[in-house]
Amino acid sequence: MPEELKTDSVGIVSPKCIHFDEDLALRSGKTLSGFDLMIETYGELNQDRSNAILICHALSGDHHAAGLHSESDAKPGWWDHCIGPGKAIDTKLFFVVALNNLGGCAGSSGPTSLNPETGKIYGPDFPVVTVRDWVKSQVMLSDRLGIEHWAAVVGGSLGGMQVLRWAISYPERLRHAVCIAAAPKLSAQNIAFNEVARHSIINDPNFHDGHYLEANTYPKLGLMLARMVGHITYLSDSAMREKFGRADSGIESSTANFGRDLRSGKLSFGFNVDFQVESYLHYQGERFSENFDANTYLLMTKALDYFDPSVDFDGDFSGALQQATCKFLVISFSTDWRFPPERSREIVNDLLKAGKEVSYLEVEADQGHDAFLLPIPRYINALKAYLKRAHTEIVERAT
Amino acid sequence: MRPDLEIIQQWIEPGSRVLDLGCGDGSLLTYLNSAKKVSSVGLEIDAGNIEKCIASGVNVIEQNMDQGLGNFQSNSFDTVLLTQTLQALSKPHDLLDEMLRVGQYGIVTFPNFGNWKSRLDLALKGRMPVSKFMPHQWYETPNIHFCTVKDFDALCHESQIKILTRTVVDSRHQGSWAMKAWPNFLGEIAIYHITRK
Repeated sequence: MPEELKTDSVGIVSPKCIHFDEDLALRSGKTLSGFDLMIETYGELNQDRSNAILICHALSGDHHAAGLHSESDAKPGWWDHCIGPGKAIDTKLFFVVALNNLGGCAGSSGPTSLNPETGKIYGPDFPVVTVRDWVKSQVMLSDRLGIEHWAAVVGGSLGGMQVLRWAISYPERLRHAVCIAAAPKLSAQNIAFNEVARHSIINDPNFHDGHYLEANTYPKLGLMLARMVGHITYLSDSAMREKFGRADSGIESSTANFGRDLRSGKLSFGFNVDFQVESYLHYQGERFSENFDANTYLLMTKALDYFDPSVDFDGDFSGALQQATCKFLVISFSTDWRFPPERSREIVNDLLKAGKEVSYLEVEADQGHDAFLLPIPRYINALKAYLKRAHTEIVERAT
Repeated sequence: MRPDLEIIQQWIEPGSRVLDLGCGDGSLLTYLNSAKKVSSVGLEIDAGNIEKCIASGVNVIEQNMDQGLGNFQSNSFDTVLLTQTLQALSKPHDLLDEMLRVGQYGIVTFPNFGNWKSRLDLALKGRMPVSKFMPHQWYETPNIHFCTVKDFDALCHESQIKILTRTVVDSRHQGSWAMKAWPNFLGEIAIYHITRK
């Protein structure tokens, strides 16, 4: 059945570009004089503008979170199973806003857009933006949309970090914070993986110090390698065993082949691609490199590395969370080793220490960090129950 | 409302901070949140119960109490509740200590193994007791540390815990002069309001 005919789909959607003339002072000290944000919205804003939910995307996400852009689209938005009529983020109850963050490459101002001051593509000259800057621009977007209070701000991974920044810096502007598979800040291991990704991009001969578009090329190999490494960190060992352990290659007859399915049924005894997992990674890397901008990838990983709301509070994260007034839902996944449950528990414990209202769910799931993007029943049901309750509160407040 | 819950709610001050260890589907906290305007959070490990808590707006943390309460600050709650869960803990005495570190008061309820029916089961039938409040067979029970009213009194004494109130009720939630006289023999559910000495 085509996506658009499904009754629980938001259907055909069209993105909007919203231009801001105002200056945006960035954390780095630089200023963006005017910028664009690409957004999509689903559902209807109610009369007292109290039913809006903001979706914050992760590293490679964008504003296209649900529905299709045209009937011929092969794939719906990145969180389509979660956003729609009757779904966890129910568009019959809520007005949902998703955006492409600054520095992105899906239409919002970023390295691939024109620098109004020079008339040329920004490229590497687009300023480094932080989670704080993103949220600042999201606040400007809220003002533009006339949304005084978000019913909830929701995000996973890097999106969850934006949720935390919202709660800390703009406490009066949201009622619920849903922070999924995130961390209070990156660990050395997290930063190390990001640095491998950046190193491979920057040292690609086609990188041209970031001016690759002017040279009519792009650092394909670097971007591929970056994504391959990233992809490994999104999956769990068990998820990879499951995915590549179907034993349909002939040589491996046991079902417990540790995910070592062969690509062609025999070993090459050379340095070619022998195993399915290798060809999968190549495919993922290649597809990503064709659709994502290298400078954006560098910016996004830096935003991750720099995220640490405790810096304004002498390293005390609970002190930072003390600012918050909203309720929190924190969710983690058992096999996530990028931002494992312990990191979410740090958030929960510091929220408890700060005396905040929080619920926490540790979902048993095999899929690793990727789980936050997948329709895992327990996770989706809890999210749905939480937001349904948030909607009940909206109705109660109105009467 | 469960009979033990109806008694203990009287000991909760309006507007106080309450931690419910093993909060189940959150029904007690739902009641306390609305009737006593408490600020509360529950700990629970059952996925179905956690979802019910979330659906009714009860703050719930997925956490196994057997791993302690180390993530909770000392004196961060007025009352810490432990209802019908004591007997399922791996180290009940340690958790009691933790309860009274985290909260000023503790409220503990448990099925009294010293009840005459239990004694009769053992004495006459020679079988481990099975009843409404102890519905499991010995081999499948989550209840690994049964105790009697006298046992719990002794533990409180040893652990420097002051018993503010001790009540026992039967399955119909009735107390009587006889139950007051012979709590360990007649009481089916024991209810304790405790604090540090």
